[in-house]
Amino acid sequence: MADAERAAPDAVAAYGRDVRKRFVALSVLALLAAAALILDVVTGPSTISPLVVLKGVFDPAALSTAQQAIVWQVRLPYALMATLVGAALALAGAEMQTVLNNPLASPFTLGVSSAASFGASLAIVLGVGASFIGSDWLVPLNAFVFAFGSVLALQALARMKGSGVENIVLFGIALVFAFNALTALVQFLSSAEALQQLVFWTMGSLSRATWGNVGALALVVAVVTPFSLLSSRGLTALRLGEDRAMSFGVDVKRLRFLSLLRVSLLSATAVAFVGAIGFIGLVGPHIARLLVGEDHRFFLPASILSGAIIMSLASAASKAIVPGVLMPVGIVTAVIGVPVFLLLIFRNGGRA
Amino acid sequence: MTGLSVQDLSAGYGGRPIVEGLSLPSLDAGEVVSVVGPNGAGKSTFLRALAGLIPAKGSIRLDEVELTGLSLADRAKLVTYMPQTLPQGVALTVLETVVAAIRATPLGGAAFTDAQAVERAFEVLQRIGAEALAGQRLDRLSGGQKQLAGLAQALAREPRLLLLDEPTSALDLYYQLRVLDLAREAAAERGMTVMIVLHDLQAAARVSDRIAVMAKGKLVAFGTPDEAITPKILAQVYRVSARVQRCDHGALQVMIDDVLTP
Repeated sequence: MADAERAAPDAVAAYGRDVRKRFVALSVLALLAAAALILDVVTGPSTISPLVVLKGVFDPAALSTAQQAIVWQVRLPYALMATLVGAALALAGAEMQTVLNNPLASPFTLGVSSAASFGASLAIVLGVGASFIGSDWLVPLNAFVFAFGSVLALQALARMKGSGVENIVLFGIALVFAFNALTALVQFLSSAEALQQLVFWTMGSLSRATWGNVGALALVVAVVTPFSLLSSRGLTALRLGEDRAMSFGVDVKRLRFLSLLRVSLLSATAVAFVGAIGFIGLVGPHIARLLVGEDHRFFLPASILSGAIIMSLASAASKAIVPGVLMPVGIVTAVIGVPVFLLLIFRNGGRA
Repeated sequence: MTGLSVQDLSAGYGGRPIVEGLSLPSLDAGEVVSVVGPNGAGKSTFLRALAGLIPAKGSIRLDEVELTGLSLADRAKLVTYMPQTLPQGVALTVLETVVAAIRATPLGGAAFTDAQAVERAFEVLQRIGAEALAGQRLDRLSGGQKQLAGLAQALAREPRLLLLDEPTSALDLYYQLRVLDLAREAAAERGMTVMIVLHDLQAAARVSDRIAVMAKGKLVAFGTPDEAITPKILAQVYRVSARVQRCDHGALQVMIDDVLTP
């Protein structure tokens, strides 16, 4: 068996090489994410030069008062929000695709964004919601409550007896239509002024970013991500099928419950602050899968970084497409996302 | 005493019992037992209940350990269940899937390090002659190769009880024989008790020490191939008139003459 003897070190060595390659891929993605973030910070309608902006980030005193306001109240919170939203939605999408065993699952396609839009529209148009909080937080809070509720509803269905994972996906699609119809109803009934505000909200925009909500989302991402990474062995085993994973000792029901709980927190918080942003949660994981495969130790971080990169680039593009106009970033992600998504499907020969 | 004994096992889905009060004479370690019977007889349910994938009432003792009280993770150290197929579109190499199987939950006392798991995974692939598949993506394999990968995942956990659910249904003749021979080898060399759900009675007779015939959630016959595969039992269970003979090499042959109308 000379062949087998030679194959032994080869295959084991190849595995080691793959692992090292993936660490390199993750490092490159991290650098790209940082570069995209910087690009996003230095892009904008005002005429401050990129160097001055960068200097101002580290030394605010070097800027004029107007420049300080632009860099510290607009550019930085917007850009950090973009990175965080991309990371949160892509991680949520990656976990959803694995635990629902469906490559089309994402917070957007399964109704989380639609639910958030409905919650926000209720708050904007009717002022319905918890009234003890300030109006700045009323809309995001209402959006969060509805988005979180929609994933909990998915959860409840997942735990019902006799419901397969396929049914959860169908239920999610039903949620999309239901919430879209309800949002349309609220739009139909609303005043012209409220309608304008509402339509803008549903487009998804970073212009609502403040240091307060950037901090809130950063906290959620920082708390949730370690738990996601700790579940990566179980999630990888789940890729081999539910029965097989259970037979390997993975408590799949518990894994799915906790995973969808993380998904609800991540996606509800993200869409509550920026509105409906499509495709990041879908495309981020797909890019990650192409780059590092589905060993979740690498797949989850790669999804986070891919999502952050796309979102930062989309944010920079939203400022550059029409000079002087800040396009809602949700439009840009969809315009970039659709071709990328189609490309992925065709490249995979329909296997996606 | 080592081996498996099943007493008065009942299991089903959503409160609907499919397997009812099933008891098996005790099986020895290293023994290969096929489970045959018509569609809907409860063969898969029986295996899934043994693996703890669905709740079950009754007693399942393996090497004197009562399995029904164990947690999923503890049970998985002793029992591995292999479903008929692997999912589509999995972006993992064969070696990665075997490593994932080993590392899914701790196997023995200490958890495997990545390097130890890789070594063990490769050693298993080598043992079943599938080392050439190690670096290939799971979704690029043929049905037969995929089944070898699935078998390697199960064998790598070195269970005391290995449950194979229709492992040969979608395979060509070569892979059917190869998978079954590997299951036999695992039983003989590693002392695993192996239970295999099969539809092909000749294959069952070829691979098994004993055969369990099931119908309507109950055990109809149990014994050596000669005892379990008889014209009378085939008529009763499958509603066919058949002859059972031995060919020149001694292998059991089932010839179906007619389907019996009720």
